[in-house]
Amino acid sequence: MTAALEMLLRLVAWLVLAPLIPGIINKVKAWVAGRRGPPVLQLYYDLAKLWRKGVVLSTAVSPGHVAGPAVAWVALVFAALLLPAGPAGAPLAFRGDALLFVYLLALARFCTAIAALDTGSAFEGMGAAREVSYAVLCEAAIITALLALSLQTGSVSLTTMLAPAAGAGAALLAAGLFVVLLAENCRVPFDDPNTHLELTMIHEVMVLDHSGPPLAVILHGAALKLLLFSMLLVEAVLPLGELSPLSATGALAGAVLSVAVGIGLVESLLARVAFRRVPLLLTTAFLLCLFALLIVWKGGHL
Amino acid sequence: MTGALNLLIGLAMGLNLVALASSRLPSVIHAAALQGMVLGVLPLLLDHELHGLVALVAIATVAVKGFVIPGLLRRALRVANIDREMQPLLGFVPSLLLGGAATIGAVALGGALPLLPEHARSLLVPGAFATVVSGFLLLMGRGKAISQVCGYLILENGIYLFGLLLIRSMPLLVEAGILLDLTVAVFVIGIIMDRIQREFDTLDTGKLTSLRE
Repeated sequence: MTAALEMLLRLVAWLVLAPLIPGIINKVKAWVAGRRGPPVLQLYYDLAKLWRKGVVLSTAVSPGHVAGPAVAWVALVFAALLLPAGPAGAPLAFRGDALLFVYLLALARFCTAIAALDTGSAFEGMGAAREVSYAVLCEAAIITALLALSLQTGSVSLTTMLAPAAGAGAALLAAGLFVVLLAENCRVPFDDPNTHLELTMIHEVMVLDHSGPPLAVILHGAALKLLLFSMLLVEAVLPLGELSPLSATGALAGAVLSVAVGIGLVESLLARVAFRRVPLLLTTAFLLCLFALLIVWKGGHL
Repeated sequence: MTGALNLLIGLAMGLNLVALASSRLPSVIHAAALQGMVLGVLPLLLDHELHGLVALVAIATVAVKGFVIPGLLRRALRVANIDREMQPLLGFVPSLLLGGAATIGAVALGGALPLLPEHARSLLVPGAFATVVSGFLLLMGRGKAISQVCGYLILENGIYLFGLLLIRSMPLLVEAGILLDLTVAVFVIGIIMDRIQREFDTLDTGKLTSLRE
């Protein structure tokens, strides 16, 4: 009974905290640009507004269209439950959950892409094609990063993999995972979350035909994914397992906050890279993670 | 001491990939120059007692590879009025991936070779292999003469790195001679580039493949 209650509490914490991160990023961007900006809680208001609205569906969609965002959201929530939250550990932990984590992220992406294709709009198909073609490189990078962590700790469970620091390759791993975070969450060097310019969108274009509660679920899922990747980055690099529980919680919260501020600064200071240069940037991220793996593999001998 | 050495060689291996990935010619020149300077400092770290000659060669290497040769290349770039490698024979992503694979292969090969015990723990041999392969990739995969010269410079950096293994037995005068050869070679290539530029109004070496009257 207490276990179920604890699981429920953690779930609520994940769901409630996730929309804070985009709010913080927007606040940082507004602050750098000298504006006042939307309130930090803006996404909560947006979600509440969308939840009250009705759903408008295209005549071309299949009956299962709404299942796309729903399954994607559930997959992301499940992935969040696998990720350990600092000293509290993960609600669900077993041997090999790192693999399930990667597959859940892939499932969420697949459902969003299939729902975009389902609308029958050529435009959304284009966005889905971009999303999955970038994902090939992103997933290679993230699998390599997890492989490096797993080789270092000799474990395939996220709880033990993420507890110690990443060792000598920590800087490479941090840089690689940060680029992957920006690409996976469609932040600025890859995609601009603010524009609705037809030719440049990736994530936004896939969700154009969703409205009302399904759109709210998609937006919440995106915020959840951002929090998920920030936590993964922080826990991979910082030795949270070696600190006392209180200071580890503080370090985790502070580091996630600084990742959000970092994303905001990147968005304010950088422009989108040209479309054909994106694969080069993602290959660089993959190579950074690969070299972190190489350092773990050969580090003992050098 | 080995830690600082490995860090510098790792930096040089990273600069290989920067040179392979960048399409802007000034940044390729910059990467090659920085790599030359990083490797120029290495003899100071390798030798336990500091000879005057070692310091002299290190200073000369840093000056020639870091300032003289890049200066010549930048001048050629200004005269030719080009900035980018537009159509490489080998794309930037494939050459970056090949460079990464070469780096990993070099580390694996370095572990397999029967090296002296004092070299077994350093990145000297893997760094040399990776740098040589990256230099060859630049030489083969780029169309512009300036990128090819940078490839040649990186190739020479790799050979220099390999030569550092023999620093105890090889007199540094040989190093100094190589440095002189390198400068002369870049001079000659600069003259050839000037000729190509005057004849064809471009630095694209693809024009040189067909014979004419």
